[in-house]
Amino acid sequence: MTVDAVVVGAGPAGSAAALELARAGLDVVLVERGVFPGAKNVYGGVVYGRILDEVLPQWWTEVPVQRWVTRRATMLMTPTQALTVDYRSDAWDRPPYNGMTTYRGDFDSWLAGKAVAAGAKLVTSTVVTGLLRDPAGRIAGVRTDRPGGDIHARIVIACDGVNSFLAKEAGLLPRTDSAHTTLGVKETLALPREVIEERFGLVGDQGLDIEMVGCTSGIPGGGFLYTCLDTVSVGVVVGLDGLAASKTRPEELIGTLKAHPAIAPYLRGAELKEYSAHLIPEGGYRAMPRLATDGMLVAGDAAFMCLAAGLWLEGVNFAIGAGLAAGQTAAEAIAAGDTSAAGLAGYRRRLKASFVLADHKRLRNAADIVLADRMQQEYPGLACDFVEQIFTVTNPKPKLGMAREFFRAVRLNKVRLRDLARDGWQAMRAFR
Amino acid sequence: MSYPAVSFDQRMSTVEFRVGERAHITVDSDVCRSCTTKDCVHACPAALFVPTTDGGILFNYEQCFECGTCYQVCNREGAITWAYPDGGDGVVLRRG
Repeated sequence: MTVDAVVVGAGPAGSAAALELARAGLDVVLVERGVFPGAKNVYGGVVYGRILDEVLPQWWTEVPVQRWVTRRATMLMTPTQALTVDYRSDAWDRPPYNGMTTYRGDFDSWLAGKAVAAGAKLVTSTVVTGLLRDPAGRIAGVRTDRPGGDIHARIVIACDGVNSFLAKEAGLLPRTDSAHTTLGVKETLALPREVIEERFGLVGDQGLDIEMVGCTSGIPGGGFLYTCLDTVSVGVVVGLDGLAASKTRPEELIGTLKAHPAIAPYLRGAELKEYSAHLIPEGGYRAMPRLATDGMLVAGDAAFMCLAAGLWLEGVNFAIGAGLAAGQTAAEAIAAGDTSAAGLAGYRRRLKASFVLADHKRLRNAADIVLADRMQQEYPGLACDFVEQIFTVTNPKPKLGMAREFFRAVRLNKVRLRDLARDGWQAMRAFR
Repeated sequence: MSYPAVSFDQRMSTVEFRVGERAHITVDSDVCRSCTTKDCVHACPAALFVPTTDGGILFNYEQCFECGTCYQVCNREGAITWAYPDGGDGVVLRRG
């Protein structure tokens, strides 16, 4: 088969790329190894929809949403305490919305459907097994596991996920990068819709997302909980190096989180519907590969585009943004007759002008700060103890005052003020 | 508050796997015998890797999430070789 472009992986990046190529009138094949788009995919809480404005006006009228996130909470935890910043807003409960919960099988299939409607050809249940090269050694298509399944193309867009064997084969990614990769494991649990709404203070299709720190038994990482219509998903994300060193099993970490006194009451009586696991590329800007080579662009998880910056945990939106830019660049390069790395240089320019590289560059040091030992092991306890002391009424002893309570919590948690000052300064710089 | 723990088998029974004929994971047990940490054994979310009495690794491929944790944490180059299952085979997530 010979086409203008082949896009590998019908996740958010691939479908967005295929959509742009099809809209440009090009002959594009979108290859997916799962039985349907999203069958291999997992996410951890919220799909932020603003980038979809560039895909479809009023996308919210038809997207397969579970709940619109109107409550967004961040929870600092110790084994017995939890300090939560819990924000809710009416503004997120009406168009154009901010974030949604969904099932990836539904969402990814919907987005792939937009590419198909624009003219892309979707081929599922097909694995791309390697790159084809022309006599000069330039990438010229892909091999698949279908008999006679070679696809010759002027450009390959690799949206083949966190393990991207194509980016590795092209020499853009190392074979392994455990220091910059985390494992997410998730349980999706059924609860009646009314119970979810009562327990989480939600009405109609409003949803809640909680992100957590300090709930991973000291392993660098975090936890999450989010609501769908009649399920609640709860999970943990841990760094691979920390997980390997801990000798702890991933599902034990979920078990510990589910038993936490701040989480357990939310999940009472819930029935496990699906367990899932996926890797997440969390290295950010500094771990990203080269994004273009002769005949190929890389987008989404394959290009380490998940944003794991503590307050902000995003990925699907970055994949869509990068996929759109990759598709636009590829269409231009094909029209200009130059799909060399130089001809594809517009991809990086587009990404730098958009949130995709701008946010990643701005927050390039944030992941290190969030995953640092003190942030994981000392500061949640410091914050919880400080608040506990403030709100514990010690009559007849008078109140100590905020400053003295703070230093007491610092001493109690064996935090060195010098470290705290330095970490605070670095965090301010990283998040400025 | 506590709940009856979900057993590992119960957990895995909630996941749909379309098991292919070809094993997409291979392990070179000769390499594993010189490995002192065997991190794949506890890190794999599907618990597919089991140490054997002679120091090697016995593995299953049938209930694999295709996440890649095993080869990422493997500290011996080439001990675990991993590729995707054939098209349409492997894990099918409904609520991912």
